[in-house]
Formats: sequence, C-alpha cells, structure tokens
Amino acid sequence: MHIKLGVLDYLILIVYFVFVLGIGWILKRRMKASTDFLLSGRSIPAWVTGLAFLSANLGAQEVIGMAASGAKYGIMTSHFYWVGAIPAMVFLAIFMMPFYYGSKARSVPEYLKLRFDEKTRGFNAISFAVMTVFSSGISLHALAKLLELLLGWNYTMSILISAFIVLVYIFLGGLTSAIYNEVLQFFMIVLGFAPLVFLALKDVGGWSALKVKLIPVATSQGFAPGTWSESWAHMGAYNQNPMGADWFTMVAGLGFVLSFGYWCTDFLVVQRAMAANSMSAARRTPLIAAVPKMLFPALVILPGMIAIALQQAGGAIIPLGADGTPDFNMTIPALLSKYLPTGLLGIGFTALMASFMSGMAGNVTAFNTVWTYDIYQSYIAPKKTDNHYLWMGRIATVAGIIISIGCAFLASKFNNIMDMLQLVFGFVNAPLFATFLLGMFWKRATGHGAFFGLLGGTASAALFHGLAHTKGAEVGIKGAWLAQKFIFNSEMAQNFTMAIVAWTTCFVLTLLISLATARTKTDAELTGLVYSLTPKPKAEDEPWYQQPVTLGIIILVLTLILNLIFW
Amino acid sequence: MNFDLRFPIGIMFSFYGLLLSGYGLFTNGDQALYERSLNININLGWGLVMLAFGVAMLLLSRRGRKGE
Repeated sequence: MHIKLGVLDYLILIVYFVFVLGIGWILKRRMKASTDFLLSGRSIPAWVTGLAFLSANLGAQEVIGMAASGAKYGIMTSHFYWVGAIPAMVFLAIFMMPFYYGSKARSVPEYLKLRFDEKTRGFNAISFAVMTVFSSGISLHALAKLLELLLGWNYTMSILISAFIVLVYIFLGGLTSAIYNEVLQFFMIVLGFAPLVFLALKDVGGWSALKVKLIPVATSQGFAPGTWSESWAHMGAYNQNPMGADWFTMVAGLGFVLSFGYWCTDFLVVQRAMAANSMSAARRTPLIAAVPKMLFPALVILPGMIAIALQQAGGAIIPLGADGTPDFNMTIPALLSKYLPTGLLGIGFTALMASFMSGMAGNVTAFNTVWTYDIYQSYIAPKKTDNHYLWMGRIATVAGIIISIGCAFLASKFNNIMDMLQLVFGFVNAPLFATFLLGMFWKRATGHGAFFGLLGGTASAALFHGLAHTKGAEVGIKGAWLAQKFIFNSEMAQNFTMAIVAWTTCFVLTLLISLATARTKTDAELTGLVYSLTPKPKAEDEPWYQQPVTLGIIILVLTLILNLIFW
Repeated sequence: MNFDLRFPIGIMFSFYGLLLSGYGLFTNGDQALYERSLNININLGWGLVMLAFGVAMLLLSRRGRKGE
C-alpha cells in the first residue's frame, strides 16, 4: 500500500512541526527550576491538563490498535472505554487524586516511598523508567516502519528526524511543552479523523446499514449475527464472541485490574494531572478527559468496524500482511488513503504522525522525572542544588531519547526481544493496583507487605503465563512454556485472566504480610497519604455542579447510557 | 506572563482552515480529486469547520486576556 502526499499535504505537515517547535521555543524562558522543567511548576489550567491526560494515552497503540480491534472484535472493543477507562478515570479523580496532588510527592514512585518504604519505591521507579524508554522506542520504531511502508521514506532518517523533533521541544520546554503539544495533537486527531469517519460511514450507508453489513462478518466466523454490533449481548459465555472472554473475565480483568491499574497508577498519565494549577484542577483533569474519551470509540473503533464490513462485502480495504491474512494495523492508514483527497489527507496524516510522536514524548517526560527525582536524587546524588537537578532533567531527556533510538533499532532487528520486554512489563504492571488500593485505603498496610505483595503478584503473573495457552498460538513467548494447563480462546482472554490472578495474589499477600509485620509509619506520617487519616478535601469555593463528585456521577450515568444504547 | 494556549491553537487551525477551504474553492468541481471523498468537496466544507474552530479559539483567547 502506498500513500501519495501532495505539496499541500507536506506544507500542512511542516506547519504543524513549526508550531510544535515554536511552542517549545516560547516556553524556554520559563524553565528556571527543576520543578518547572519536570513538573510544569504546577501551573497549568484544568482544560489543558485534561486534554493532555487524554492525549498522552492517544499514542500509536490507541489510534492504530483500537481500529484494528474494531475490525477484529467489533463494537465489543468499546469495553476498553465504557467499562475500562471511564470508571477508572472517575475513580482517580474522586478518590486518588487528593493523595497524589495533596501529598508532597512529585511522582507516583515517590508516593510509594512516602506511603510505604524505599524498596517499594525503588522497585516501581526502576521498572517504570525501563518501561518508558522501551515504550518510547517502540513508538519510534512503529512510526518509522509506517513511514517507510506508506511513503517510502528511509527508515533511519525517519527515526532520527522524529526523535530530533521530540528531543528539541522537550529539551526547550520540558513537561509544559509536552503537555501543550499533546493538546495540539488532540485537536489534530479529532479534526483530522472526524471527516474520515463521516465519509466512511456515508460510504457504508449509515449506522443501520453498517449493522446489516456486519452480520456476515460475524456469521462467517461462526458467531451469532449481531456479534460485531452489540457490545454486551454476546458476553454470556467465552465462546460466543471473538474476544474469547465472558462478562466476568472482561469486567474483572479489563475493567477493574488492567484499566484501574493503568489510569490510576501509571505516572505517564497521572503526571499530567499533577501538573494542574490547583487541587480542584487536578481532580477535574481526569473528568475533563473522560468526556471526549467517552466519544472516542466513534473516532477510533468505528473506522475499523466499517473497514471490515466493506471488506466482507468484497471491497479490498485492509491490505494483506506478509502472512497473507489481513494486516489489521493498517486499517487507519488504508482508510486515510482511500477517502481523503490531498489537503485533508495532509491533516489526517499529520494527526497520525503527531500521535506517534506525542506517545513518545509522554514516555520521555515521565522517564526524565522518575529518573531525576526517584533514581538520581535518591540513590546517586542526593542533596545537590536545584540547578543541578534541572541540568540532570535535561541530560535525562537527551539520554532517554538516545536510548529510545537504540531500542527502535533493536526492535527492527530482533522483534522477539520487544515482545519479551512487553510481556515482562505486563507481569510487573498487573498487580500494581492492589498495592495502591491497600496503601490508600488501609492504614495498616506495611512496606514489607507492599513490596513482597508486588513481587509475589509479578511472579504469579509470570507463572500463570507459563501455564496458560491460547488455542493455535505458538508455545513460548505467547505462554505455556511450562505446561498447557489453562486453555483460552484468545490472547486477550488469557491476558485478562493473568491480570486477575496477579492482582488477587498481590492483594492477598500484601494483606497477610502487612498483618504479620509491624507498622513502620505512624498515623501522623501517613496523614495526606491514606484515606482515613486525611481530612476530606474542602469543596473549594465552587458550586455543587462543578464539584468532582457531581461531575463524576454525571459522567458515569452517561457512560451507562452509552452501554445500554449499544448493548 | 501566562501563556495562553488557545492563541497558537487558534492561529494554527485558522491557517489550516483558510488553506483547505481556499484549496477547496480553487479545485471546486475537480471530479478526479473528489471522487475518493464520494464526490463531496470535503476540503471546502471541512476547511470552513476548521476555520470556524480556529476563530472561536482566537476569540476565547482574546476574551481571556481582557478579563485579566
């Protein structure tokens, strides 16, 4: 497949990068202390942090991956939003943000240090730092591969140019620059993809025609006719839907463990809320993000559903991969080139490129903060001047980008290494939410409990992976390297179940070990870190309809309605 | 100094809007170009939407500055 960009399209692309770099340039003068560079000096209004919160997650994986899932699983993919992300974002806003923003913690690992102990922080900080640079490298690799494939650009040049642009704007303006550019990217994605969805939907004949055209997609794979257009109706048993998961596995694994784990504990997103200019702005950040998030399935999942419907009806939409089966990751690029004429194509393509780069920037800004505060200042060079840490933050930015470039080349040579790393990250992340839940809501939870609970949870995830097998998958990296004990219909179901196992193990271990070990932190030390010991955040002088709880309830009701409409 | 992000967003999308709608006007009736977009002059239509969005952002940013 090939996309041909016109002069106008290139002009649009170049103008975008001029703005991106220009924002970094303007912010340069404001970077006076390490907190300006790494934490935005807690000075950003809520609507900006809110859109950045959303956008930081709107990287390559989201845009490309959700469209691919829309084609593979149909509207069931919306569970990632309407069961997973939204409730987790509301929970973060109402219950967790007061501890992140209210405590003196500058990062999520630092919260763990204040709440538990040094070893728990160390474990989280180091695994997170490694994870972010590798994710950033994977983003970079995916972008360069796409540019090579679609436009015939040179792979190495694409990597170097994209990395250079990201480096410059973060180096100049730090987290603020990354956040501002994420907002820019948010509007690019919305304004670039909306006409694409409009045209594709018109082409397929509207929503009701799409539902009819999705029937043969489902029946040809042996499922009930409505499987691709009804999100809940086929969740009764695991073998009724392409996801291979029943409703309990989906709600518990995806909705509770994975989504809450990601949205509530991943510093990459939480960092955006922590940059807000007040407690109330910090708490409104995830809520503001939740509103567009609710509607995003229309922008990212719907195109995949339309593509598979047109494909089934005989149109060759989704290009075939090397193995002769449809390469679902190419759904969005294929639709861009099918529907958008020169001009708008430039906007759509720029939006796509911007999403890769902001995915990378999000990782780099999270990395430089955790590196500087949680690793460098804590273990390598404590008690230096703030100027020194500002300098270190900049060095960490450069180093993070260089390592990302290295990882990108590594990924292009040894695909398995990247799969392996992502697998290990999965093991580390799965139990994390149990630690935070107990830490924030149970003052008796101890440092030993948290640390060994996390280790145990991670080990149980790895062990489960060794025993679980997805039908048809190769033994090894996909699981079952010990034995084929638990058999699943899809990788997704295997993943959800692994998350449930890891979370439960971590929860039970933390609970038992905490009861068996002595508390090391007094009630006074835990004030502001644990729910029962923290004075309720005063409703600042805002009317009831602007308060987080009210907004949260409204958002949850709207999400429920969406679930019911597309049941 | 407080940097108002609405200003650069407004400038950028007004520019894109003018560029696209201008190009749309210029190429109006070009069947070869708009065949893929189902014979809709999507550059003109969507360019105007982007222009309206950009101008709205600029107005908001101006109102914000006056309020200070």
